[in-house]
This record gives sequence, C-alpha cells and structure tokens, in this order.
Amino acid sequence: MTVTLAHYLAVAAILFTIGVFGIFVNRKNVIVILMSIELILLSVNINFVAFSAYLNDVAGQIMAMFVLTVAAAEAAVGLAILVTFFRNRGDIAVDDASMMKG
Amino acid sequence: MPLPALAFYILATVTVVSGLAVVSARNPVHSVLFLILAFFSAAGLFVLLGAEFLAMLLVVVYVGAVAVLFLFVVMMLDVDFASLRQGFAQYLPLALVIGVVLLGEMIFVSVAVADRGAAAGKVPLAAAADMTNAEAIGRVLYTDYVYFFQAAGIVLLIAMVGAIVLTLRHKPNVRRQKVAVQVGRRRKDAVAVVSVPTGEGISE
Repeated sequence: MTVTLAHYLAVAAILFTIGVFGIFVNRKNVIVILMSIELILLSVNINFVAFSAYLNDVAGQIMAMFVLTVAAAEAAVGLAILVTFFRNRGDIAVDDASMMKG
Repeated sequence: MPLPALAFYILATVTVVSGLAVVSARNPVHSVLFLILAFFSAAGLFVLLGAEFLAMLLVVVYVGAVAVLFLFVVMMLDVDFASLRQGFAQYLPLALVIGVVLLGEMIFVSVAVADRGAAAGKVPLAAAADMTNAEAIGRVLYTDYVYFFQAAGIVLLIAMVGAIVLTLRHKPNVRRQKVAVQVGRRRKDAVAVVSVPTGEGISE
C-alpha cells in the first residue's frame, strides 16, 4: 500500500473544499473567513510540494515559499484592517462592512 | 502497512479533521488552535515528501507568527462571537452544496487525468542523497529566482508598513517631545532684556 501523488492531491483537494465551505458557512465572522483563506493557501502549498517531490524539481518548493510569504503578508494586513474596523464600528460582522456602498 | 504510509494516513486524517474543526468550532480561540494543529500536521506531510526546509518554515512562520497573530486578535477584540454564529444553520445548506459541487468537480478532473496515466507514479519519499533539501533550495533561490526573492521581501515590507499605518493611533491629548521645535528655538524668542525704572516695576 504505497502512497502516491494522487493521495497528496486528494488531501489538498479536501482541504481546499473545507476552506471554501468555511468561507460560505461563516459569512459573518471575518476571523474565521481569514482562517479559511489560510487553509486554502495551505492546500495549494501541499499541491506545490507534492508535485515538486513527484517531478524531482525544487522549483515547486520555491513557489510554495512565495505563497507562504504572500499568505503571511495577507494575514498581517487583513488582521490590521479587522482591528481598524473593530475600532470604528465596535463589531466585526461582515454585514456592516457595506457602509461605504453608494 | 509500511511506516511512511501509516504516517501519511495519520497526518492526512489529522489535517483534514482539524481543518473541519477550524470552520465549525463554536469558539474562535478553538478555531485558531485547530488551525495550528492543521499546520503542524501539514508540516509533517511536507517532511514525508522530503521538503524539510519548507516544513520547518511552515512551523516557524505559521505556528510561530501567523497563528499567534490570529490568537492575539481573537483575544484582544471584545466581540460577541455568539451573535456572529447566528446565520450558521441558515448558510449551511448553500455551503454544503457549493462544497460538494467543488469536491465533485475536483474528483471528476483528477479521475479524468489519472485515466490518462498521469500522477500515478510513486512519490520519492526522500530527497536526492547528495544534497540536503535546504541546500538544494538555496542553490536555486539565490540564483534563478533572486528577483522573485527580492520581490517577496518588498511584499513583506509593504505589508508591514501597511499594517502599522492601519493600526497606529495617535492619542490627541498626549504631549510629545518635538525635537525640531526645541532645536529651532532661538535666544530672541525666549529671553528679553528689559531695563526696569527704579520704583515703578514693569507690567506686561
């Protein structure tokens, strides 16, 4: 019973689906939405690393590193926006975030 | 069952189950803790794939920085999380439909691709023996991908500046030292020599 590339791709696909599911099911809670995005990016990273090992090419791991960088930047800016939003509104419900809509 | 396969199944199960717990936990603190568990087991999967450097990076960057940042924000903001969960049951059917459709599409595509014989090979569980994983990454990262590396640094710098600009708050009633005003002060602005007539004094 050997572990093939397809096994890793299956794990990544399931994790991606869980992330999208989490975005839709927690529509009000921005913190959980941000965590779901992190899950999605993690599944992309698993794909990159699995293909990197499968093709015996280190470029996939480099790309995974860049995805990691962007994910960290995204989390930092997203949480900063969240803190500012909470200061202005006293709440983090996404429904209230449309106040700039014309 | 050989040990690597057993490790894969355990780690994959833990990753998926903790991912599910992230999106369905009642308490966001529990969500963050499950996110940490998911990242840890994903790092284990990376080790199984021979990407030790990336696994350690995942532990350091995600568990050490991002997850702790999430934990800080969850604990600092005084949010009524119970009210945020009120639409949970209402959104659940739509989310289930979208999730099932998405997973079905992925399975469809991967089965179609696998039928043509792609992705069927066994993943080499250890990296090439003559070079460590970190050395292999370093040899490529600082030569072929050096511009991308610099761009990643710029992205991080801009994110840092943006986060600070967004959250920095000047309190209005705090008196601060103004160095330029202090240094720019001249004698004529501060001191005046007045000859006082005897017996009269001065009045400003």
